[in-house]
Amino acid sequence: MPRSEEIIPKIKRQQIMSMLAKGERLDGRRLDEYRPISIELGVVEKAEGSAMVRLGNTISIAGVKVELGKPYPDTPDEGAFIVNAEFLPLASPTFEPGPPDESAIEVARVVDRGIRSSGAIDLKKLCILPGEKVWVVYIDVYVLNHDGNMMDASGLATIAALLIAKMPKVAVKEGKVTILDEWVPLPVVNRPVPVTMAKIGEKIVVDPSLDEELVMDCRITVTIDESDRICAVQKGIGGSLTVDDVKYASKLAVEKAKEIRKALPPLPSIEDVEWIVKEGQ
Amino acid sequence: MSQLVRKVERPPRLIDEEGRRADGRKVDELRRIKIEVGVLKNADGSCYLEQGRNKIMAAVYGPRELHPRHLAMPDRAILRCRYHMVPFSVLERKSPAPTRREIELSKVIREALEPAIFLEYFPRTTIDVFIEVIQADGGTRCAGITAAAVALADAGIPMRDLVAAIAVGKVEGQLVLDPMDLEDRYGEADMPVAMMPSLGKITLLQADGLMTLEEFEKALELAMRGIKEIYNKQKEALREKYLAIKREVEVT
Repeated sequence: MPRSEEIIPKIKRQQIMSMLAKGERLDGRRLDEYRPISIELGVVEKAEGSAMVRLGNTISIAGVKVELGKPYPDTPDEGAFIVNAEFLPLASPTFEPGPPDESAIEVARVVDRGIRSSGAIDLKKLCILPGEKVWVVYIDVYVLNHDGNMMDASGLATIAALLIAKMPKVAVKEGKVTILDEWVPLPVVNRPVPVTMAKIGEKIVVDPSLDEELVMDCRITVTIDESDRICAVQKGIGGSLTVDDVKYASKLAVEKAKEIRKALPPLPSIEDVEWIVKEGQ
Repeated sequence: MSQLVRKVERPPRLIDEEGRRADGRKVDELRRIKIEVGVLKNADGSCYLEQGRNKIMAAVYGPRELHPRHLAMPDRAILRCRYHMVPFSVLERKSPAPTRREIELSKVIREALEPAIFLEYFPRTTIDVFIEVIQADGGTRCAGITAAAVALADAGIPMRDLVAAIAVGKVEGQLVLDPMDLEDRYGEADMPVAMMPSLGKITLLQADGLMTLEEFEKALELAMRGIKEIYNKQKEALREKYLAIKREVEVT
């Protein structure tokens, strides 16, 4: 999506910088303080799973749809998932209609990496006929209002939507697949949480607002899984970080992810769940 | 003549008892690197780089006039970057159209090079960096950055430092420097890093796979060691270009 650049007066940058030097932020937060998170679950009844996330004034909505499809040739015994993200033109005066631009693609790919690396979806459970038929999970994320940190808002909306998603059982009989009218949870087994930080001058702030994003020198997202492991990292925009910055950011991310995860729904209980009923075998 | 590679099969062990990898390297050993400077005559700067089986061509055009003009910045040059893999660079033919991966990589590579260039010296212009992956065998974005930085220097563009890049992988529980495709495919994690080595600044950092905080910090240290080595090769290659000119002048 082609986009004209947002403009911020130099005086605002000076104000943000001088406040940061005193350990303060424009919106009154501490440097390591996240904005209040609200997650509304199941906002779209027609989607298999959905969630609307608000981080301050940033709003992101994610929807999950499942469809039968073919597996990738290199993983014949696994289902697949695809993350797509778009910044809608209604989300900001600077967004324009059109296919996702590089920033939206980046968000989609970083969210995808968090889900994939943490093994959040047990893809083996989504295989119906190896090499032939599997479930494909489509995750579409739309930013509805941009007030900074679309990355985390989109990542949280994605995992929240997956956690509550329901999919139909299937029956397999002599190679024929029938979709049953019986709904089971998606096999979600991990909850990766992205934590985005901005470097402004010499300071690192967590969950940057739009004003802060407009003046930031560098951005880093560290995604943390349920057992405090790093499952995705992305340095964003130009600028640079020192090794100490990166070490600080990764530690802070582990700490923050614990906090943020509390806002997410729990993992679905899937111990006795059967996704595929094999008949006549 | 190099041998035709038709498929990548996973060997029973990716690291043997003696700590040797599938291609005989130690865990902290880089692949063989060859850097040639000024290989394309039309470009303002260019570089051909081989890193193991990776073969990368990078070219720089500019600073030059920018079209469309409205993209120009009144106070600095813009940097544009295209990372592209040719369809026959991988085992399964890749469509020549840019994939989402290539669009993302073009973006992060641009952002990795940007901090090194004095863009403010060339208002209203563009500097275009083109990276073509002729053959890919893991770690091509890093090899692309290493090559592009050399091409930028070859174009005579003022820079704060070169940018050198390397990936660190996690394979069978061990951190390995400069993973090749095989290790990337069957490994547990992959972390590409780019730095301005003399300034100690990280300009690209990505990771996927699972790492503990401790492993992540160790991987960062290992990457820095690799980057130093690559940095020396870059400088050597650039110096060699001018020594060659000097030799030519002395003969005539």
